[in-house]
Amino acid sequence: MDHKLPPYATTGERIWFYGFRVLCGLIFFFLIAPILIIIPLSFNAEDFFTFTPGMLRFDPEAYSFKHYEDFFTNPDWQQALGNSVRIAPVATILSVSLGTLAAIGLSQSHVPFKGAIMAILISPMIVPLIISAAGMYFFYSRVGLQGTYFGVVLAHAALGIPFVIITVTATLVGFDRSLTRASASLGADPVRTFFKIQMPLILPGVISGGLFAFITSFDEVVVVLFVGSAGQQTLPWQMFTGLREQISPTILAVATILVVVSIALLTTVELLRRRSERLRGMSPA
Amino acid sequence: MSDAAAGQITSSPPEPAAAAPAGPMLAADGRPLKASLNRALRRQKLRALALIAPLLLFILITFVAPIFDMLFRSVENQIVSETLPRTVIALEDWDAEGTPGDAVYDVLAVDFLAAAERREHTRLGSRLNYETTGMSSLFRRTGRGVDDIGEVYADQFIDLNPAFEAPSFWVPLVAENAWAESYDAETGEGPLFIADAAFEAQFPATADAYESFARTIQTEDGDNPYEEEPWNTVYQALYTDLAAAGGDLGVFADTPELAQAAAALPEFETLSAREAFLEIDEDWGDPEVFATIQAFSDPYTAGYFLAAVDLQLTPDGVSVQPEEQQIYILLFQRTMFMSLAITLSCVLLGYPIAYLLSNLPVRTSNLLLILVLLPFWTSLLVRTSAWKVLLQQEGVINDILVWIGLVGDGSRLALINNQTGTIIAMTHILLPFMILPLFSVMKTIPPSYVRAAKSLGATPFTAFRRVYFPQSVPGIGAGCILVFILAIGYYITPELVGGRTGTFISNRIAFHISSSLNWGLAAALGSILLALVLVLYWLYDRIVGIDNVKLG
Repeated sequence: MDHKLPPYATTGERIWFYGFRVLCGLIFFFLIAPILIIIPLSFNAEDFFTFTPGMLRFDPEAYSFKHYEDFFTNPDWQQALGNSVRIAPVATILSVSLGTLAAIGLSQSHVPFKGAIMAILISPMIVPLIISAAGMYFFYSRVGLQGTYFGVVLAHAALGIPFVIITVTATLVGFDRSLTRASASLGADPVRTFFKIQMPLILPGVISGGLFAFITSFDEVVVVLFVGSAGQQTLPWQMFTGLREQISPTILAVATILVVVSIALLTTVELLRRRSERLRGMSPA
Repeated sequence: MSDAAAGQITSSPPEPAAAAPAGPMLAADGRPLKASLNRALRRQKLRALALIAPLLLFILITFVAPIFDMLFRSVENQIVSETLPRTVIALEDWDAEGTPGDAVYDVLAVDFLAAAERREHTRLGSRLNYETTGMSSLFRRTGRGVDDIGEVYADQFIDLNPAFEAPSFWVPLVAENAWAESYDAETGEGPLFIADAAFEAQFPATADAYESFARTIQTEDGDNPYEEEPWNTVYQALYTDLAAAGGDLGVFADTPELAQAAAALPEFETLSAREAFLEIDEDWGDPEVFATIQAFSDPYTAGYFLAAVDLQLTPDGVSVQPEEQQIYILLFQRTMFMSLAITLSCVLLGYPIAYLLSNLPVRTSNLLLILVLLPFWTSLLVRTSAWKVLLQQEGVINDILVWIGLVGDGSRLALINNQTGTIIAMTHILLPFMILPLFSVMKTIPPSYVRAAKSLGATPFTAFRRVYFPQSVPGIGAGCILVFILAIGYYITPELVGGRTGTFISNRIAFHISSSLNWGLAAALGSILLALVLVLYWLYDRIVGIDNVKLG
């Protein structure tokens, strides 16, 4: 099926053409609606999880910011937010710095045991989270890292590394090696070449890898549930216990804020990807 | 960078080679070119490895080591032989016919008392309870009464001669000279207690019981053997040893207290360790209790793996679990079935979307792709909470259905806390993982093939079935394996919307780690799940290639 209906299309083809679009529209609705519907629900003036008659009449009285107020004043939520903000950036810095170095090493032309090394580095993404969580729980309790801030940071950094490796190696695939040679022939040492030539070119890949690592840590709940203790309770953890035990509409306000954050992140990654492709001459400007 | 070194070699003028036309070709520095190139290559490899090494080390320590630790825990079983070392040795020759001999009960008293003082008997009880029910309560009850075993003898020895109560009588008698010299009786600092070889030869049980007593109080409470009265089990052992010696005290014949005790022995009121144990709990007369201890005395066991597939290790070998305890095969089957159902619904919903996206002009498809990427980027918990809110009995979906009139207000659908809830929510969550690989494969299918088929007379359906679909199969394969791998390990969503019937094997693993504390079984279940995922991953690598994993 082409994207335009030809003028000579039969009735059957017309029905199929529009029917297919309606079907796709419904699937897109299924994808997006659950996320969007929580936004109006989070402004509910009542403690309900559905639209009140007042909300359906667009009565301003039926809407309020009280769940947002609760989020910003409740010490439990604030502590969870603080923990998330303390854990995710540190884990991201760890995985980005180690991951970028390794990705540069991996993209060299002669790397012994490349397949095996790649498999090990990617493994945190493949192994189901519950298994990583179980293993880390057992091992970290042996070495005294269980229930510590440092333990959670290390665990989250490990989980974020495959994303950094994948995005940075993808950027390096299109990297023009003659640029570093040119830099070296003009007298720059390897370190200067790296920061002046290579780094600016692969920066978009590094940043989007970093964003992936950040969102992995910021969103992660299984591993932190096991490796962390009450002192490391993060935002997703708080949401998880909230959903399991005493479900409060504040969760919807938090969810809305997180949706806004993910829209911002998605836009950034998309812009970076386009910029990177343009820089490397893979698509016309 | 490595390119600089390579550049120097290849760009160097070949004058040295010209000067020596007969020998091997030489590089600028006069070395043979081959050796020089090899060296540059080796240096390049080392540099690459040096860049990778920190990360590799990091992953090995923070991630790979924990996974191996889990694999190790699934077979590790040192708790029995560490908690009841003497009993395990004494049971080695027992043939599991009737109850074991008195000697086993004697050493069990020594082991059990030390374990109870270290508060380890309850842990062992819960461990053995996984295999034979009732062990946990038996061990807990015994832990409360075990310090009375041997009291009868303690009282009689002390009545006979108060010296038997004094630590100052016991330590010089039992201790090795070298130990006594290096141990500071005043401050209680020094090495762990060691029994004297001559004493041990004459009174083996007493030496053993006293050593167990002294070492336990040293390590557990930081106490000093010179200040503590021995436990009752020591007197019990002394009685046994004296009775076995039959009045022949060997080199200890000139110790007056021992000689006095040996003479008075026939008058003693007796209560064997076996009787004492039976008095605490008559289950100690049940051979099955000892059979369980014997069966699980090896430091490594297949018991957890057997339990994970509804089998059990009994004293008579491997057998099937009782029917009401067979849950794991069913749970594995359910996990597989639900993952398949989720994968199938993802294909059904994802295929049309990927098809539409790959056939639209780039500008439009990029715009619509955002509708796929937004859920992909949205927090998992946000999406799960959305479904939890939508699917409730009083939730939006039921409200709409009632409003349309499809279902009555009284008969709202149960969409959550069952399999339906898990399948709906997880299909939504994993759908982007199906659409993205499908889309990247479909983008590469040239539209001219379908047009050619149509121009040759194929109906649109035939053209799709015979020409387009076969070319999109690799995308379906990649998407299905990816979604299936992700689905079978899912924990959060089934936990929140799955209720009792919609949970996966991972929920059971979490339960065993945090609630039932049966870590070995959790590790065995995890190892099986890991093996399953690795096989699928290997398939994925063969079909798609791990290098083709793309994000966003």
